[in-house]
Amino acid sequence: MAGKTKDEIQYDHNHDGIDRRGFLKCMAWAGTGALCVMSGGVLKSYSLSRLPEMSSKEALGELSFVQISDSHMGFNKPANPDVAGTLKAAVDKINALSAAPEFMLHTGDISHLSKPEEFDTVDQILKGAKPSDVFYVPGEHDVLNDDGKQFLERYGKGSKSGGWYSFDKKGAHFIGLVNVMNLKAGGLGTLGHEQLEWLEDDVKHLKHSTPIVVFAHIPLWSVYPEWGWGTEDSAQALAYLKKFGSVTVLNGHIHQTMQKVEGNVTFHTAASTAFPQPQPGKADSPGPMKVPAEQLKSVLGITDVNYVQGQHALAVVDSTLA
Amino acid sequence: MAVLTAALVIALGTLGIGQRSVLAGAQQKAETTEVKIDNFSFGPGTLTIPVGATVTWTNRDDIPHTVVSTDGVFKSKVLDTDEKFSFTFSKAGTYPYFCSIHPKMTGKVIVQ
Repeated sequence: MAGKTKDEIQYDHNHDGIDRRGFLKCMAWAGTGALCVMSGGVLKSYSLSRLPEMSSKEALGELSFVQISDSHMGFNKPANPDVAGTLKAAVDKINALSAAPEFMLHTGDISHLSKPEEFDTVDQILKGAKPSDVFYVPGEHDVLNDDGKQFLERYGKGSKSGGWYSFDKKGAHFIGLVNVMNLKAGGLGTLGHEQLEWLEDDVKHLKHSTPIVVFAHIPLWSVYPEWGWGTEDSAQALAYLKKFGSVTVLNGHIHQTMQKVEGNVTFHTAASTAFPQPQPGKADSPGPMKVPAEQLKSVLGITDVNYVQGQHALAVVDSTLA
Repeated sequence: MAVLTAALVIALGTLGIGQRSVLAGAQQKAETTEVKIDNFSFGPGTLTIPVGATVTWTNRDDIPHTVVSTDGVFKSKVLDTDEKFSFTFSKAGTYPYFCSIHPKMTGKVIVQ
């Protein structure tokens, strides 16, 4: 996708906004950067280099927020011995955005080993970002040894007992899901029965035209199950969201940007602020990938999301830290 | 014969330990056996040991892992790079386990 200046994909669009036949899979590997604007049944993607040519209405919306992910504070191996430095670079990038985001989403793996000082360091660095509100969901590295007790004490205020929650911003409905707890041998990420029941109830009374943004750590689509990059019961969650015309799913975990559009749902994974991981199946394991030091910031990044009210359009922009 | 079979399996499964010492260890029922965690996998994935043997897992990845019995028999704390976890198997049986952080990682200890 990133190799082209513009892709336009049009697929058969039903009146309910859900298209079973339409299927688009486009991948923007870390370091490439792309802007995707979805409106109705049409998705347009642009390389970041074309952003200056675009009108502000196209590129910016009435609601702007930033997703960051996989800070892995405490990691100190050769793939990145300074994860605090690269998180600070991410904050600088956020503060330099032309439209100041209203808030940030952190899609998990805040810490590397769930140590209090790791969370403290991230909190301290993120205080330097212009948006003061940060909404978190846990990664598996944030709930080690204590089944997420510490995470919930720090970030779980106002959430349900399992840590999931929802909130509304300018007509869009945001849903933070937890899929890193109670993982079963041989399995993938899990949402669980209780959370799924809550989700069904949470969206039941919303208008079909309400834009939905779901965020969770492990991808809610099957990126590469062989490496555990998927969620066992995500299909059930997505079934509850079928009625909505615009659903955007934001995930982390895989330390690279990737996008898929299926019917009314746009799936997007964010880059890590700490270290890259290999493309699916392109290495023996999904462990940290060492790149030459001068290239590191080109494979780390942030994701900027803009929502234009009334147009049902969410623009997802990945930027590297380089 | 059963002891000999188990010992041979161990000798095949653990590099660097001579068959003679494994046999001696098996007879004394105080053998220590290593499982390496490398590239998001347990090696060897299936390990057969005599009753009373101790298994030590060592994490050689740059990412933390855990060693958790599927049936709740044993559970390590999170193991960072080069950290170890040991468990002594006092009863015969088959003990499946996995990494609770990366559940696609599974292994099995067979105690005879």
